[in-house]
Amino acid sequence: MLWEVDIYPRAGQPDLIGTQVVSDAADLGLAATLGVTAARGYLIQGDLDREQVERVADELLADRVVERTIVAPVGDALLAEAPEGRVHLIHVLPKPGVTDPVAQSALSAIADFGIAAQAVRTLKKYWTTRLPDQHVRLLCSKVLANDAIEQVIIGPLTFSHLELGSPYRFQPNTVPIRAMDDEALKRLSREGQLYLSLVEMQTIQGHFRQLDRDPSDAELETIAQTWSEHCSHKTLAGRIRYRDENGERHFENMLRETIFAATQEIRKELGERDWCVSVFRDNAGVIRFDDQYNVVFKVETHNHPSALEPYGGANTGIGGVIRDPMGTGLGAKPICNTDVFCFAPPDTPADQLPPGVLHPRRVMKGVVAGVRDYGNRMGIPTVNGAIYFDPRYLGNPLVYCGNVGLIPREKSSKEAKAGDLIVAVGGRTGRDGIHGATFSSAELTSQSESISGGAVQIGNAITEKMVLDVLLAARDRGLYNAVTDYGAGGFSSAVGEMGEQIGAEVWLDRVPLKYEGLSYTEIWISEAQERMVLSVPPEKWEELQSLCRSEGVEATAIGQFVPTGHLVLKYNDHQVAQLSMQFLHDGRPPVVREAIYTRPAPQPLEISKGESWDFAAPLRQILGSLNVASKHWVIRQYDHEVQGGSVIKPLVGVQNDGPSDAAVLRPVLGSRRGLVIACGMNPRYGDLDPYWMAAGAIDEAVRNCVAVGADPSRIAILDNFCWGNTDRPETLGSLVRAALACHDTAVALQTPFISGKDSLNNEFRPAGAAEPISIPPSLLISAMGQVDDVGRCVSMDLKEPGNYLYQVGVTKEELGGSHYAMVVGLRGGQVPQVDARQARAIFAALHRAIDAGLVRACHDLSEGGLAVAAAEMAFAGGLGARIQLDRVPQAVDAGTTAAAETERLSKRLRNQEFHPLSTYFPANEVLLFSESNTRLLCEVRPDDAEAFEQTLAGLPHAVIGEVSDAGVLEILGIPRPVPDDTGRGRVELVTPLVIEAPIAQLKEAWQKPLAW
Amino acid sequence: MAQPNVLILRAPGTNCDRETAYAFEAAGAGVEVLHINSVLENPAQFGNFQILCIPGGFSYGDDVAAGRILANQIQHHLYAELTRFKEDGKLILGICNGFQVLIKSGVLLDNDPEYGPPATLTWNDSGQFEDRWVQLGVEPSDCVFLRGIDSMYLPVAHAEGKFVTRDDRVLSRLDGGRQLVLRYRLQTEAIVGEGKVPYPDNPNGSMANVAGLSDKTGRVLGLMPHPERHIDRTHHPRWTRGEGRQPGDGMPMFLNAVNYFA
Repeated sequence: MLWEVDIYPRAGQPDLIGTQVVSDAADLGLAATLGVTAARGYLIQGDLDREQVERVADELLADRVVERTIVAPVGDALLAEAPEGRVHLIHVLPKPGVTDPVAQSALSAIADFGIAAQAVRTLKKYWTTRLPDQHVRLLCSKVLANDAIEQVIIGPLTFSHLELGSPYRFQPNTVPIRAMDDEALKRLSREGQLYLSLVEMQTIQGHFRQLDRDPSDAELETIAQTWSEHCSHKTLAGRIRYRDENGERHFENMLRETIFAATQEIRKELGERDWCVSVFRDNAGVIRFDDQYNVVFKVETHNHPSALEPYGGANTGIGGVIRDPMGTGLGAKPICNTDVFCFAPPDTPADQLPPGVLHPRRVMKGVVAGVRDYGNRMGIPTVNGAIYFDPRYLGNPLVYCGNVGLIPREKSSKEAKAGDLIVAVGGRTGRDGIHGATFSSAELTSQSESISGGAVQIGNAITEKMVLDVLLAARDRGLYNAVTDYGAGGFSSAVGEMGEQIGAEVWLDRVPLKYEGLSYTEIWISEAQERMVLSVPPEKWEELQSLCRSEGVEATAIGQFVPTGHLVLKYNDHQVAQLSMQFLHDGRPPVVREAIYTRPAPQPLEISKGESWDFAAPLRQILGSLNVASKHWVIRQYDHEVQGGSVIKPLVGVQNDGPSDAAVLRPVLGSRRGLVIACGMNPRYGDLDPYWMAAGAIDEAVRNCVAVGADPSRIAILDNFCWGNTDRPETLGSLVRAALACHDTAVALQTPFISGKDSLNNEFRPAGAAEPISIPPSLLISAMGQVDDVGRCVSMDLKEPGNYLYQVGVTKEELGGSHYAMVVGLRGGQVPQVDARQARAIFAALHRAIDAGLVRACHDLSEGGLAVAAAEMAFAGGLGARIQLDRVPQAVDAGTTAAAETERLSKRLRNQEFHPLSTYFPANEVLLFSESNTRLLCEVRPDDAEAFEQTLAGLPHAVIGEVSDAGVLEILGIPRPVPDDTGRGRVELVTPLVIEAPIAQLKEAWQKPLAW
Repeated sequence: MAQPNVLILRAPGTNCDRETAYAFEAAGAGVEVLHINSVLENPAQFGNFQILCIPGGFSYGDDVAAGRILANQIQHHLYAELTRFKEDGKLILGICNGFQVLIKSGVLLDNDPEYGPPATLTWNDSGQFEDRWVQLGVEPSDCVFLRGIDSMYLPVAHAEGKFVTRDDRVLSRLDGGRQLVLRYRLQTEAIVGEGKVPYPDNPNGSMANVAGLSDKTGRVLGLMPHPERHIDRTHHPRWTRGEGRQPGDGMPMFLNAVNYFA
């Protein structure tokens, strides 16, 4: 019997689901007058009578205070009775095999009633007002359901049982690769979703010709997974011939010779004081925290899955990166998450979307909800992030997820041993995510949804939380020798990686499955979530089993590490694969990739001739631009305080709503030592100059840490490159160029990279288009700093009228790629560069000042420059500020003409005080909005001014204004010569008020755009 | 008895157990964190403890409804033990998800045999999870945990925290019984306003601005805000502006619980 339980809000209670559908539909321009009534529901299969189902409905499934239920067998007319005014009935159900955590929980809770149900599935039921048929279809595809994971049934349900899978009959498969010609190899690679190059396919062919046999499908899949871009990073960790204006350079391993090399140089210089523990080796980078603990950090991307199914993609993105620290050393405890997203503008007109592309607003809502639901359920605070918008992210959004973990120092390394059992812990294996690893090597097309639907998964955070709970208990009891997570490539990658130096035998028939019918190959490469693999000494196996049982976590010995140097897969008594570990890990053919970087001809940025003296309007525009605008709608949906160590929150200030530079937390509750998390990124610079984009991202990430009080000599950074198709030499060239900047800047700042990850081929080809749309070069730098005593941290909000405002660092004419250029529609110009040697000195000195308690507030200058930083500090503190641009430390070249003019006028008007930029017309724009790096705005008490200046002696800094209680941001420009009103052609110096804006108005401009 | 023992009950998805244990330890209690499976196996363990705390988190993922599945387990398997625990004069505290569990299991308010549960915690009016700080007023009551406390500034972090009673009669009965012990207040004025406190000061749309509820005895308390997240001065969102105290506003609740057994 298949029962249906529909749950509606009781009369007088809000229909939140229905209301949300109406508002989402309106956002997309669908049916402005739509009316929707929504129900959540359950299908329950089993030998149950009505009384039992009603009891379960009343006492478990519905909340009788606010909800009412309808219970009937599927097909009963009662279930199809339309509420008043509603016409169409639409059901949305997870597709069979898609994770349905609520259904799983409901099934076991029903058992607590002593009632035996066989299967449960959840559904949503929508009743709408009358609509044309095509609008019903549009509503289904654009708002109600995602075809990648859900099925839509219009009208009453007709099926009578839930599918539970059918038994699998063993069928060995070999692939006749030896006899294939090149065309056939290419076809096999593409149609089998292996996504290997022809040379790689030929290498595999050669290997099996040598062995004198054809490979099994499992062997071929294992090689494809291991050699995939996602698992091996063969492009960036491979050979590259790079050419730029300085000549040619050959890399054997590009990442090792740039980013990793920087870390080695820094560690060497630190010598005894080296605080890196394990870098670029384990699942996350490990550094020293205090006498007891190390901290680990990893950031991953989950772009392609998020493009197809934003919720599931982001959900499993954060779930996956959390398993990295869990799989580092002998397992770290996750202590905070980070998230950075790149989307197309959410106001993209719905009718301009290419086929197969989800609307960016829907992508953003889905991604945020995915991170929220997983992170919050795991009990890990999400403390830092950013969102960038660019039309080129339309078909290929970026979702970066990071996780930091805390690990006892003596648990920070691992080693699987021959004889250990290979134990799978956690979720069961299903068809989810098959070909996820190789899929991320392929360009997205409008067809991707149907080809790669299997690559999309839904996470179950609670399963992972349960694994985490037993993992840490087992770690502390010393029950295993090594641990790693199942990421892309599933068992295939995890076991292959862990047993690389030993050899392994795996018994695929023992793997617990979600449902019947999986072939041995599907089991082997499934990327089902929430699974970890442990290397367990046989004598500890019983204790581990009983620990897992006590918390309801499934643990299964699925194989053993054996010292054969081979990977052997068995299904019952059949051997289905035997691969040499050496071929698997070192057999990939070396390919030399071409990379070219041509520096674009400098294009001067045409700024004004000084017509406008009022810059309040562009300031409001920048504050209201999507990249700068407040992200509170996102931040508040994340629990950023769970675990009880929050010190500096993402939102700060007198009304808890100003934009913090970085987050600070105390991971050890009994200690005052703090961890600082920040990031830096600016894809807009990458179009003009990838080198300075990368250098700037590092400077930004570090200065964000320093701004809240981090010690700059203890900041570790991570790189995440998201680029277009690097088969194009120009695209790879711009990436290498950025990597060179990473090396140079990291060394100069003494800021080691400890981990990184790249995602290439971020392109989307709309149906019928000849050229794909490539994302802008997008390098995220994540930073992790430390403070000795969190009590000395500072926040960015202004504190007290009468205090001085210092600009630390020099303003240069660097408006290229700036937000000012964006809002006023200017192209070209110089992007901000980094003087890393001076930056190091500035960061060190400023840290000493903050540590000595001399700084009341500190905020970094980035998008929108000084004007935006001052505005944000003012409205966050609920105070005003008065600033004079003629005092700003600057190195703006006025040019010879302007200099001569100033010289001439200053001789004529001897009694007036000229500024070197008095006749340089763009001066005000430059000083207000230039985005030069290594600049911060500091609030200092008059009593501390002398000590502050001493601390910064020899470094660029100046008082540029003071805090006021007027609630207005006032900025005075550079004094300008203007004709006086005598009409005799005489000039006088006038100091214009270039910005005068109430902070309430600025705050509104900043808060409104993304206040969804 | 000098030092009471606290049982912190965790289930799959519970995630505030560590910091809640830390707060109780800082208040001077002995603390043990036990998994629900262990308690189900051996319910006699309740005898070793004087305080039971169900902490925040997402027990069983909040699948079906927040706190519902753990509440269901308690109702079916531990109801008698918890009734005895209450009758023995011991204390029970539910924070956030723990509050949801206490109210949905009938431990906090007796089920009406005819109409079922008299009140619930349901979806926020905003329809989504929100983390923000709220100003709380403490109503006069017999609640042990709130003795001597007038107001608290604490964070909430939940999606399903809107307090709703079955009807107005239930609400006035609870009000008359001095059980509506914690209310959201306007953050700008320090007076409890007549009528409804608007969003976001009342972050979820709770009836009568209720943030916390006591049982008739005053020994069982459930609240949506997180006292364990404000025990240190640096937890206060504006500590860098000189606001907040050491220890934070949440600490007296834990001290009250421990001192009750002194």
